[in-house]
Amino acid sequence: MRRWMNHPGGARWAYVFGSVLLFLFISQTITGVFLALYYVPSATSAHTTVAYIVKEVTGGSFLRSLHAYGSSAVVIVLLLHLTQTYLYGAYKGRRELLWISGCILLALMLAMAFTGYLLPWDQKAFFATTVGTNMASDVPFIGTWLKRFMRGGDEMGTLTVSRFFVAHVFVIPAVLIVFIATHVYLFRKAGAAGPPSEDPLNPKLPTQRFYPRQVVMDTIVALFMILILGLLAHFSPTELGPKANPADTQYIPRPEWYYLPIFQWLKYWRGPYAIIGIIVIPAITASLLVLVPFIDRRLERRPWRRPIAVGVFLVTLICFVLMGLMSERDDQRDPSIAKQVAKQREETEQFMREPFQPEGAASSLSAPAVSVLDPLAAAGKKVYESESCDACHGENGVGTAAGPKLTGATAQKPAEELSNLLRHPTAKMIEGEMKPVDLSDEDLKALVAYIKSLK
Amino acid sequence: MSEADDAPAITRDDDSVTRRSFLGVLLGFGTVVMGAALSVPLIRFALHPLLTKTTEIGWSDIGKTDEFASLTAPAKRLIKVEQRDAWRKIISEKAVYVLPPKDGTMRILSPICPHLGCSIPWNEAKQEFICPCHVAVFAMDGTKISGPAPRSMDALDSKVEDGMLKVRYQYFRQLIPTKEPLS
Repeated sequence: MRRWMNHPGGARWAYVFGSVLLFLFISQTITGVFLALYYVPSATSAHTTVAYIVKEVTGGSFLRSLHAYGSSAVVIVLLLHLTQTYLYGAYKGRRELLWISGCILLALMLAMAFTGYLLPWDQKAFFATTVGTNMASDVPFIGTWLKRFMRGGDEMGTLTVSRFFVAHVFVIPAVLIVFIATHVYLFRKAGAAGPPSEDPLNPKLPTQRFYPRQVVMDTIVALFMILILGLLAHFSPTELGPKANPADTQYIPRPEWYYLPIFQWLKYWRGPYAIIGIIVIPAITASLLVLVPFIDRRLERRPWRRPIAVGVFLVTLICFVLMGLMSERDDQRDPSIAKQVAKQREETEQFMREPFQPEGAASSLSAPAVSVLDPLAAAGKKVYESESCDACHGENGVGTAAGPKLTGATAQKPAEELSNLLRHPTAKMIEGEMKPVDLSDEDLKALVAYIKSLK
Repeated sequence: MSEADDAPAITRDDDSVTRRSFLGVLLGFGTVVMGAALSVPLIRFALHPLLTKTTEIGWSDIGKTDEFASLTAPAKRLIKVEQRDAWRKIISEKAVYVLPPKDGTMRILSPICPHLGCSIPWNEAKQEFICPCHVAVFAMDGTKISGPAPRSMDALDSKVEDGMLKVRYQYFRQLIPTKEPLS
C-alpha cells in the first residue's frame, strides 16, 4: 500500500492540480449546500430567492460569488490538470482506466457547470440554457425527445428548473463522487508516473513520499486558489440579472467564457451540415481524447519525442482559445450586438442597484385591484392607456422589449420626481425613445398616482 | 519511506529540521487562519434569519376616523397585516377592536387574551369582553375585571393619518403581568 504513495523523482509543483481539483470540489460542495438553504427551484421563486441571497442574506453575495467563480476555477484547473497529464505522457503504462475516469470527470464537471448556470433563472441563465438545450435537438434520432427530456416539456419552464436542480444537486454530484473515488483509487494503484523521463511501468528514479513535500505544495496552491477566489468574490461579486422574461425578443444570450469556443464553433455550421459541427466533430474529438492511451501506446513519455500527439493537442488547445477570442471580437465589431450587450449589462447593473422586492404571496391583494380602488390611480390608468404608455411599458407597467418596467424601483420614486421625469425625461430616457409627456397638471397627477400604485 | 521500493529514496539533508518545521507550522497556521476566515461568512450566512432584526410590522389601515366617532361599544374590524416571510410578502387578516373614542383619542385593542391566547369576543348583552376559554372578564376599555388573565387586554399602537385610522399589529407575551411585545 505504502508504495503507491511515493513519487518517483520527488514532489513537483506540476503535480498539484489533481489535489487542487479535489479541494475545489469540496469548496463547491460546501458553498453549494449553504446556498441551498435559501434557494427554491421553481420558475416563480428561483430568481427571487437568488436575489434574496444576493441582496439580503448576510454574506450571501460573497458565498454565491465564491460558488460561481469556483466553477470557473474548476474548469481552469481541469484544463491545467489535463494538459500536464497529457504533456507528461502520464496516461501511459497501464493507466488507461485512470485516464478514462478522468475524462468522465471532465464531462461531469462540464455538466455541473451547464446545469448550475440555469438555476438563478435570470435573463442570461434562461437564454443561454434555451440555446444549450436546443442544441440537443440536433442529436440524430432522439434529438427532439432529448430536448424535451432535459426541459421537461417543449418550453423552458418550472420543470426545467427542477430538473436542472436535481441533476446539479443530487444526480451529477453522486456520480462525481463515485468517479472521484475511482480516479483516486486507480491513481494510487498505478502509482504516480513521475517526470517525463521516467519509465511509466518500472520507475527507476529515487522516490519521495507524497507526505509531506507534495502535500505542502498542494496545500500552498489550494490556499492561494481560495485566496484569489475570496478576493474576487469580495471585490467583484457575481451579478444577478433581471428575472428571465421569455417574451423578450431582443436578448442576446452569451454562454459562460469556457463555452465560448464551442459557441463560436457552432456559428460556422448552418443548415443541413450543422449536424457535422454540432454532433459529429465534437463526438470524434471527445472519443479521440478518451482513447488517447489506446492510440498513443509507446512507452515514450518525453513531449519532444511525441511530436504528433503533442502537436495535435496543442493545435486543438490553440484553436479553442482562438475561437473564444473570435467570439468576443465578433460581438465587439457588430455595433448592434455591442449596443444590445451594453444595454443588457446596464439592465443587470440597474437590477443590482434596486432593493430586494419580496415575492407577493398568492393571497395578497394584487396591484391592479388596488389601483381600481383608488379613483385617482384609476383615472391615471386611463391616461396611461390613452397616451399609449402601455405600448412600450406594457400592461400594468410590467415592461416590454421596447421599454423598461415601471413596477419596482420606478413606482417607489417620490411623486414630484416622477412628474418631473415625465415632463423632462433624462438624456438616457430620450435615447431609449421616451417622449416628454404633455398633459394637464390634473392628468399628470393621476398618471403619477397610477404609476405609484404599480407593484 | 518504504524499504520495499525498487528505487532508492531521496533524502534531503540540506533542509535543517528547524527551517522545515518552521515552514510546516507556518503552513498549518495559514491553513487554520484561512479556514477560520472562510467559516465566518458561512456561519453568518446560515444564521442570517437569527441575526437580523425581524422587519418592523408596518401600519395597517382600519378605516376613516369618522366611522368610529359615534361608537358606543367596541367595534370589531378586520385589518390586513403585511409581513415578510424571508423572500415572501404575506398578507394576513387579523381582527382588532376599535374602542369608542374618549376625549377624541382612539384606542385599539388586540383581541388576544393575555392569559393563554384565545380570541376574546365582545359580549353585547353584558357589555364586557369575556374570554370563552377560561372566563377572563374585561371591561369595555379592556381593563381586567376578573378571571385568570395576568393583565388587562393589550392596546395596540395606533395613529391617524389623513383621516385614516391606522394600527400596528403586534403579539404580546402571555401569562406575565406586564405587556411585552414579541418580536
